[in-house]
Amino acid sequence: MNGLPDLPAWAAIAVAICVLIGSGFTLIGAIGLLRLETLYQRVHAPTIGSSFGVAFISAATIICFSALRSTLALGAVLVFVFLTLTMPAGLILLARAALFRDRAEGRIDVPPMRVAESDEA
Amino acid sequence: MSMVVLSWSLTLAQLFLALAITCAAIRVIIGPRAQDRVLGVDTVYTNTLLLILTFGIRHGSALYFEAALIMALCGFVATAALSKFLMRGEVIE
Repeated sequence: MNGLPDLPAWAAIAVAICVLIGSGFTLIGAIGLLRLETLYQRVHAPTIGSSFGVAFISAATIICFSALRSTLALGAVLVFVFLTLTMPAGLILLARAALFRDRAEGRIDVPPMRVAESDEA
Repeated sequence: MSMVVLSWSLTLAQLFLALAITCAAIRVIIGPRAQDRVLGVDTVYTNTLLLILTFGIRHGSALYFEAALIMALCGFVATAALSKFLMRGEVIE
């Protein structure tokens, strides 16, 4: 059926379960991104997709290609490691930029600058 | 039998991921501010990467890994550059 690889039964079931769990987590994260109230709450939601979603779908890819070639195919670990390293860094940069903009506009619903930070500035 | 289960679960997973991309795209459209849109673009990148990985499983081809890796790299660079732009007004000072 449309070019599906010929996997043994245990591998097919394991890949199916991993893919379903991973995409389910990703969908929950994206719905959270759509429904939460403020940016500082919304920043948390998609990280469930980029941690658990990527982990489960990478695991499914590794199981699939290891069973296909009868060797250990660890290519998808690279994707998981790279995303785990870069996603928090990018989101922290984004949250700090948002905090900077909110403070510059003088909003009252964000935490004020600490004394040490304002001394530096 | 197990191949039918795999085929249907891959279809369902791709449907879930497409819905996730749609949610993130709606967040990009409705905003309300620039940082919300950057967050939405970042989520679209990650979810598209996962969709590409599921296409790789469906077609049994390892070429999709490289596409996913490049997508992860581009997503991080885009988020970092846009955050820097929002903070300072310039990307490279």
